[in-house]
Amino acid sequence: MEFPEELLYSKDHEWVRDEGNQVTIGITDFAQSQLKDIVYVDLPETGSEFKKGESMGVVESVKTVADIFSPVTGKVVEKNLELKDHPEYVNKDPYGKGWLLKLEMKEKEELRELLSHQAYQGILSEES
Amino acid sequence: MKDIKDTGLLQDEPLIFEQGGEGRKGYSLPRWDVEQVKEEERIPSHLLRKELEGFPQLSEVEVVRHYTRLSQWNFGVDSGFYPLGSCTMKYNPKMNEEVARMRGFAHLHPYQPESLVQGILKLMHGLEGYLAEITGMDRVTLQPAAGAHGELTGMMMIRAALQARGEKRKKVLVPDTAHGTNCSTSAVASYQMVEIKSNEKGVIPPGKVAELMNEEVSAIMVTHPNTLGLFEEHLAEIAEIVHRKGGFVYCDGANLNALMGIARLGNLGVDMVHLNLHKTFSTPHGGGGPGSGPLAVKEELIPFLPVPVIEKEGETFRFDYNRPKSIGRMKAFYGNFGVLLKAYAYILSMGAEGLKRASEMAVLNANYLMTGLKGSYYLPYDRPCMHECVFTDRYQEKDHVSTLDIAKRLIDYGFHPPTIYFPLVVKGALMMEPTETESKEGLDRFIETMIIIAKEAEENSDLLRQAPRKVKVRRLDEVLAARKPKLKWNRDQSQ
Repeated sequence: MEFPEELLYSKDHEWVRDEGNQVTIGITDFAQSQLKDIVYVDLPETGSEFKKGESMGVVESVKTVADIFSPVTGKVVEKNLELKDHPEYVNKDPYGKGWLLKLEMKEKEELRELLSHQAYQGILSEES
Repeated sequence: MKDIKDTGLLQDEPLIFEQGGEGRKGYSLPRWDVEQVKEEERIPSHLLRKELEGFPQLSEVEVVRHYTRLSQWNFGVDSGFYPLGSCTMKYNPKMNEEVARMRGFAHLHPYQPESLVQGILKLMHGLEGYLAEITGMDRVTLQPAAGAHGELTGMMMIRAALQARGEKRKKVLVPDTAHGTNCSTSAVASYQMVEIKSNEKGVIPPGKVAELMNEEVSAIMVTHPNTLGLFEEHLAEIAEIVHRKGGFVYCDGANLNALMGIARLGNLGVDMVHLNLHKTFSTPHGGGGPGSGPLAVKEELIPFLPVPVIEKEGETFRFDYNRPKSIGRMKAFYGNFGVLLKAYAYILSMGAEGLKRASEMAVLNANYLMTGLKGSYYLPYDRPCMHECVFTDRYQEKDHVSTLDIAKRLIDYGFHPPTIYFPLVVKGALMMEPTETESKEGLDRFIETMIIIAKEAEENSDLLRQAPRKVKVRRLDEVLAARKPKLKWNRDQSQ
């Protein structure tokens, strides 16, 4: 399983890429492997705003449905429209073609509360 | 020829649309003795249906064989053990079916005047009374067509009751051990859902409720017993916390099969509860209905019940529509009457003692199953259960066998699999509800089979991963079906 160094991670198994004023978010390799084959991704409308920790949408697999929790407070500026026809991108390429949303951040300091790739993997080994 | 297949007596069967031939039919009429007229000449073209073109044309025996074959592929409570957790797949006595088919009931018309259906109104009023007695509530509406419809009726009544007090509240508390419909109902009723995490014992901690409960919360929706098959032991205390802040306690009574005659929800502080008559009170279900989800309420909520309400005046029964605070009608006519009738027949034939005994046996059977399987499967909440118990695939993970594989292997042994991957709070859940109607021999056979499957997982796990083998259709590609669903059949596809 891969956890790129340059990304930040949440305890709810989302990853965050810091891109200045905005961030790209997705779900981690661990999350997709637990959900197994993803069949549907429900993403919020562009322009909608979320507080950190709020549910922004759902990822649905054959087995279960999981909430996508917003790892930071912000406004949705773009969503990955390709997932509509290709939900499998989340399984095959969770950090690339399987990205979910781009958020314009409200409070940049929130990034400090997220985890490094080592800290995140530490949590995973505790969980299993 | 393409239709020749060696499927033995498990006959293969194409769709009915792929069978028959032009002009074939199941009746013969005498020769015309009047001049024949084409319909296009007499009926304006915009009123003529075109989509019937291509409608199958078959002889009577072809139609009979088609549906008989399909029915033989089916598996129901009448064919074997069906421990589908959360669904209460108990045996439905045939006597209730017999009653529902009596001419006087089956030929009723919903527009018959009240004076000609006094017996029917008396029966509905009587059923209401029994359900109120069983749940410890004051009045009941029989209108809701199923459990979730009962929930919606309840949440709309709570909204109306709050409005009457001049209050508008936005939130509903729902524990993570509730039925999924509870969350959906809150959302459909435009409430914001706040989740309560259950504790390590699998029940709602009153402290958490106290923390989350405030004047913004209209109600808590509790499934009792919960989806882990556990008795919510702090329910009375939780109800008090919610009431103190002016909220209501909604109970999802779909699991009432564990409680009849033993615990009355009204006495535990519940303000309203829906029942799934098709589950607890004996109607064959699982095929999509019809169901019935009556809602029982405490006195404070009676003014908000849907119209009409059946009232008794002297020896006469009538529909009361004059109820200004009512939320209105929830269903055309008066509920799914056939299901109400079966429930009434079931309650009368079982009697108070019989219903209590049914719940006792349902709980005993579930605990017997739980104890028998504890050594072979991981039991996340190891304590006495109510009507169902939840295991997981944790012991089988090392052999790369999952809950799905275990479920599929059970089919090879002739059992309907239990509910899997639900409740969501348990990873890889296997949820089993044997119900009261299973004999000790039947339970022993199932336990023994499950133990054999656990051994197979260790010794020859491919048997599980390749299961089911002894079926007409093996594993379906669920991923493809979900990602690229074909929702409509068309003729070209079948060629």
